This record gives sequence, structure tokens and C-alpha cells, in this order.
Amino acid sequence: MDWNFVIFAAVKVVAVFAVLMFMVAYIVLVERRLCAAMQDRVGPNRAGPFGLLQPAADAVKAFLKEDFTPAHVRKVYYFLAPAIVMMPAILNVAVIPFGSKIGGQAMVIADLNVGILYTFGIVSLGVYGIVLAGYAANSKYPFLGGIRSTAQMISYEIAMGLSVIPLLLMVGDLNLSQVIQHQQGTVAWLPNWMPLPNWLVFQNPFTFLAFCIFIVSAFAETNRTPFDLPEAEQELAGGYNVEYSSIKFALFFMGEYANMILASAMMVTLFFGGWTLPVFGLDKEATTLLAGLAHIGIFLAKVLGFLIAFIWIRWMLPRFRYDQLMNLGWRWFIPLALANIVATAVWLWMRP
Amino acid sequence: MIVKRPSLTCWERLYLPALWGGFKVTFRHFWTTVFRRRPVTMQYPEERWVVPEGYRGAPYLVRDQDGNTKCVSCQLCEFVCPPKAIKITPPGPDGAPADRPNAEKMPREFEINMLRCIFCGYCQEVCPEEAIFLMEDYSLTGLSRQEMVFNKEKLLGLGGTHAGIQKWKHKLEEAKEQEMFPVKP
Repeated sequence: MDWNFVIFAAVKVVAVFAVLMFMVAYIVLVERRLCAAMQDRVGPNRAGPFGLLQPAADAVKAFLKEDFTPAHVRKVYYFLAPAIVMMPAILNVAVIPFGSKIGGQAMVIADLNVGILYTFGIVSLGVYGIVLAGYAANSKYPFLGGIRSTAQMISYEIAMGLSVIPLLLMVGDLNLSQVIQHQQGTVAWLPNWMPLPNWLVFQNPFTFLAFCIFIVSAFAETNRTPFDLPEAEQELAGGYNVEYSSIKFALFFMGEYANMILASAMMVTLFFGGWTLPVFGLDKEATTLLAGLAHIGIFLAKVLGFLIAFIWIRWMLPRFRYDQLMNLGWRWFIPLALANIVATAVWLWMRP
Repeated sequence: MIVKRPSLTCWERLYLPALWGGFKVTFRHFWTTVFRRRPVTMQYPEERWVVPEGYRGAPYLVRDQDGNTKCVSCQLCEFVCPPKAIKITPPGPDGAPADRPNAEKMPREFEINMLRCIFCGYCQEVCPEEAIFLMEDYSLTGLSRQEMVFNKEKLLGLGGTHAGIQKWKHKLEEAKEQEMFPVKP
């Protein structure tokens, strides 16, 4: 047994988990402050300087609240659902390369050769948490939320999965580290004095279209506005999590944000070059400790950028109507993604 | 009513104009709130709402310019009070006299249960002595129900002085003048 590997893997697991949970806690605060600013309010600013201790206060509140289990729920699923919501995000972070190398250690927990397949496999489990919550609650609003989320998440998973296939065709590898290697340098189609990063989103129109489909599907997958129909407050009083209280409710909340972080990390890795940045040689694997840390910083900054986009769009757009949502998913994105695959394949075949 | 759904052009159906429009609006608000520091939020315990004139807050008893209790224990307010929040204990036949000349009596105890009070202002309306006023206090808090029953001392303390007509003082002067003879021209 390779103890070196075990120890480093354990350290990475703990570190990634800690950072993920920290980000989940603080992205909630960021969202509250940001949306407050957009609505001419102040937002939480009481707990600590600038409200920085608000997540801690929220956590204490969530744990101390009465954990009420209604009499009519289906107990096993009721207890299982919050855990299942949280699980996919945590499992998926394992294959995301969050940095290049620090001291010879690759900054990814599991460098799987089937990284993208694994990701999609686990992401599709995410729907179970919400569906189970809707079913277990055994009352009408959670049930409606569960039904909506089943249809929505399954529909958009198809579009999401199809949208990355052009990428795989171009990269020729399912390993996420290889996908990042493919995005080093600057784009070929611009002259040298215009250094646009060679990220997959900029490489050609096919990948750009793929990115557009992917980001919209990611919004639908994470149940964020404009596709937050499973938890539409105005219609369903909160949707699938109505019957939950205390830390179980908080787990749903954290699961949503963890999924958001995961979706952002996926988009950064697949389309925005992961930890690469084509300046100061930061697009090559790090040889020094400083460069290794800089790569992690770049990755986190990009993820944060996407998270802010997620949040901003939530407070910017109204919710789609259900038929519009289905229309967009099935009649626009899936054909478009399929056409994109064919076009990319043809283009790659024609290319000398 | 049937609202006709407008038919969208191809460009609009891409949702991009809506996206851009939404971004403009949210960014404008974000900018003014964060960089010009103009949120509408009032930081409540530090900043307080300025109460408009004629606001009906908590009813308190007032003293006149000379610091005397204006209330004469007529119990009209107790009678008119819709939620029966006011309870007056009159002095009785051998109670203490009023602390201003010519007024017959003053209450031995005057209690307003602020948990019952509905801030209707009937007591202020009915008071012949201008002794009770609805003031500006809108945030009444206490740790127990008992604490929310305000007694005469507390009500007078909170009410302060209210310069109004000094009815009994004038009556006294009139009475004194009537004693005089011949009557002043």
C-alpha cells in the first residue's frame, strides 16, 4: 500500500471539502448582500464586520431550531432526501482539477480517465434528492415541486450531456485534466497581439454554442432562477422543502449552493480553461509552490465569477413558465445540441 | 380579463434583449446602492423613523405648566376605551386632594395596559381636561405582561408637560373676580 498516496489524498479530500463548505456558507452571504444591493437594500450587516459572521449565525440557528417531523411523512425517504441532495456535489468535486501541481502532487483528488462521464453520472443522481423530498413529504406543494423537478432536471440533463460532446470530439479525451491541457495558450484564429485565451469557449463557434447550451442547462440543473420551478416560492410556497425544518432544510439550502459551485467548477474546467491563464506562463503546469498556489487562486477566482453570474441572473430574470421551460429544453436545446455534435464532427472530419 | 400575449420577434425570442434589459436595471440599482451609498434601508435601532404630525402612538398622561397632574379622575376615558385598556382608581371620599387648586380630585392610580391598547385615540378625544395624549412612541417593549401595564407614575413620567389651556386656573381667577365687588367693567 502506498502510504504516501493515502496521506496526500486524505489531505486533499479534507482541504477540498473544507473549502467547498466554506464557499457554500459564504456564497449565501454574497448572494444576500448582492441581491440586497440590487434591490436598494443593505443586506445582513449586523453579525461581525460587513456581516461576515452571518453564516456562522445561520448555522447556529439551523442547528438549534426545532427539527420537526410531520406525522404524515414517509420517514425513511424524509430522512434520506436532504443527504442525497448534498451528495452529488461533494462526490463530483473529487474529479475537478482545482490546481496544477504543488510539490509534485496533482491538485485533483481523483484523476479519473472517465472524468466527464463520472460527473454526469453523479449529477443525474441529484434529481433523486429533490424527487424523494417531494415524495416523502406526502403533501401537495412538495409533491408538485418534486414532479416539476423530475421533468425539468431529466430534460435538461439530456441537453447538458449532449452539449459537451463537441468538446469531447475536439479534445479526444474524457479526463478533465486533459481537457485543461487542451486549453493552454492563446487562440489560433486571432493575431498574436490580441491574446485571447485558448479556452474552449473561445476556440470556435461550435464550442461557444456548446457553452451557451451548457450554462443554461446548468441553471436548470441547479434549480436556479429563471428555472427555479421546483421551489417556486410564489406558487408552491417553497416547493419540495416545505415540510422540512431545522438542519434538514439547511441541508437542502446548502445542497443547492454546493450544486451551484459544482456547476461553476464544471464550466470553468470544461470551457474556461480550469486553472490556466495565458499570462506569466501560468498556463503550464506549475513547477514552483507559488505558481501552484496561483493556479488554485485562478481556479477559485473563475469559479467565483461564475457564482456571481448565477446570483446576478437569479435576481435579474423572472421565472420561466413551465411550458416555456419544456419548450426551450426539448424543442430548442436538444436539437441544437445534436446539430452541434454533427456540425463539429463534420468540421473535424473536413479539417486537414 | 384576457390579456393578449404579444407575439415576439425572432430576436426577442432569443431572450437576449430581455437579458440585457434586466442586466441594465439591476446594475443601475447595484451601482447606486453600493457606490453612491443610497440604500433605502433604515438601520433601525440607530436610525429612527420620524413620526409624522398627528401620529397616534402610545397614550400618556401629561402635567400642566406648573407640574400638576391634569387628570381629574372623571373616568370618561376608562368608559370610552374600546378594549378596556384603561383602569382608573378614583381617590374616594377621603383620598388625597388634587395637586392643583380648584380641581376637585385626581386619580389615586391610573393604569393603561399597553398590550390591550389599540391606539384609537378615543381617550384623548373624550378627555375634558386635555390630560391624556397619544404621543409618538410606537415601539413599546417589555419582558413580561406585568411590565406592559403602565401605572400613573410611569405614564406621567413618559408624558411630560403639555402646555395647554389651564382651565381650573382660569376658573379660579374667575371665581376670585366674582367675589370682588363692584364687578370690573
